[in-house]
Amino acid sequence: MLNVNEIHVGYGQSPVIRGMSFKAGKGEIVGIVGRNGMGKTTLFRSLIGMLPLKGGQITLDGVDISEDESFNRVGKGLAIVPQGRMIFPYLSVYENLISGARTPVSQEEVSEIYSLFPILREMKNRKGGNLSGGQQQQLAIGRALMTRPKVLLLDEPTEGIQPSIIKDIARTLKEIRDMRNLTIVVSEQVLSFMLDVCDRLFVIEKGALVREDLRSAVNAEEIRKMLSV
Amino acid sequence: MNLHELWSIFVMQGFAGISLFSVLLLMGLGLALIFGQMGVINMAHGEFMALGAYTTYFCSTLVQDHAPRLLPFYFPLAIVLAFVLSAALGAFVEWAMIRHLYKRPLDTLLASWGLSLIMQQTYRSIFGAREVTPTLPEWLMGSFKPTDAIDIPINGVFVLALALAVTGGLVIFMFRTPFGLRLRATVQNRAMSNAVGINTKLVDRLAFSIGCGIAGIAGAAFTTIGSTGPDSGSRYIVDAFLVVVFGGAANLLGSVASAFGIAQAQSILEFFLDGTKGKVATLLFIVVILMFRPQGLFPSKVRSS
Ligand SMILES: Nc1ncnc2c1ncn2[C@@H]1O[C@H](COP(=O)(O)OP(=O)(O)OP(=O)(O)O)[C@@H](O)[C@H]1O
Ligand SMILES: [Mg+2]
Repeated sequence: MLNVNEIHVGYGQSPVIRGMSFKAGKGEIVGIVGRNGMGKTTLFRSLIGMLPLKGGQITLDGVDISEDESFNRVGKGLAIVPQGRMIFPYLSVYENLISGARTPVSQEEVSEIYSLFPILREMKNRKGGNLSGGQQQQLAIGRALMTRPKVLLLDEPTEGIQPSIIKDIARTLKEIRDMRNLTIVVSEQVLSFMLDVCDRLFVIEKGALVREDLRSAVNAEEIRKMLSV
Repeated sequence: MNLHELWSIFVMQGFAGISLFSVLLLMGLGLALIFGQMGVINMAHGEFMALGAYTTYFCSTLVQDHAPRLLPFYFPLAIVLAFVLSAALGAFVEWAMIRHLYKRPLDTLLASWGLSLIMQQTYRSIFGAREVTPTLPEWLMGSFKPTDAIDIPINGVFVLALALAVTGGLVIFMFRTPFGLRLRATVQNRAMSNAVGINTKLVDRLAFSIGCGIAGIAGAAFTTIGSTGPDSGSRYIVDAFLVVVFGGAANLLGSVASAFGIAQAQSILEFFLDGTKGKVATLLFIVVILMFRPQGLFPSKVRSS
């Protein structure tokens, strides 16, 4: 579904991602764990088109999207829940949800999101900026889902969120994957959430994927050690 | 001069100020929309206003020469045409020039200033250096006389209604339509807007185009209070900038309040002093207020991140 081939990404002259490749299949949840500053956000930004590629190729469902602007990638089926969530602070919850949706907006789809995240229905007229971190995270996921993605990117979705809500988010992600046969690529610093949701796990270090395990074969102790160095 | 006469002067100058208020409001709205959306200071905004005024003049001569019986009806049509032409030219200018200069505010300033000179010269070549005045329909020319001493010009009331209607339309557009939503999202966070699927470049072009279109409407309104020359626009651009700075950019309410304040102050002061002194006094007044409120009357709470 998502095919990343030998991509190079950096800021100015300094390279961050050097020749990275991986694939994510249809309906698969792929996890990428790594410590601070290892390049997770840089990778996700280049996938959605906020940062240009310096080399390599990204294809989505067989279509090359490497040169597309972000909004075109979204149109072709990619969506992102960025680190820090980036809710539009002065738009209402409802407006945030439909900001990227195709017009006319389907109220059925909005209701579907509300039933996944009931808190959003309660707060639909509130300004996005006035929501708590956990609520904003749910809103950001809802906003991404409203664009009907084939591949959903989530960059550190549990950052600064309490454990009970993290469990909710994990459950919801798996539910959405099952419902829509969605491909999900998710990054994290902490392992527990990852072990809960992913089917396949990568470890990223200094802009390269240094390890790949199927969920069933993950040695949690070894990976925890890699993350704590 | 007794108190009663003084009061009449205030009321009449107040109504004279209302036409100026309407023109300034429309100019300020367009400028603020463009500045709020893209951070572009459009130095050619006055020339888009002049385009609207010349369009009105052109319609009036056309009707007068070929279908004088339509004279009572052409004005509303001219307003629409003024909007359409200015908006179309605005879209073209954004495509040909402005979009290449985003993130370079100084270059945009210079380029749009250059554009204003080109447009002025074009008007001079087509319409001549002399000022022109469209023949306004009869129904716009009269005045109400609520008391003996007070005259309220109908064209002032008409232009006020026009300006308020455009303001209301802009509010509905911004807050009740999908495009307005995209525009507000883009102002708040451009990169994220793009990443939720909004074509932010198209949003920019449309915002610039609509801002210029509103300047065109301002130009049509302007023909009711003054005659149009190639540099008419540049004479209003400073006042329009004052409206935006004074009101706090990207804030509709601020634009309305500051346009009103500036127009009224000028028109009333002009009666007691003369034109230039009135202007200087208004400017002084604004400078003093900005010293205490550098962020304008109604500072914008929305910052793009
Ligand atoms: N805008 C930028 N300009 C220059 N360098 C940057 C920029 N953003 C990130 N970097 C550098 O790129 C490297 C990777 O950063 P990135 O944000 O991708 O890490 P991360 O894995 O997402 O970390 P975290 O877990 O803290 O979010 C870091 O060394 C960082 O200093
Ligand atoms: Mg990060």
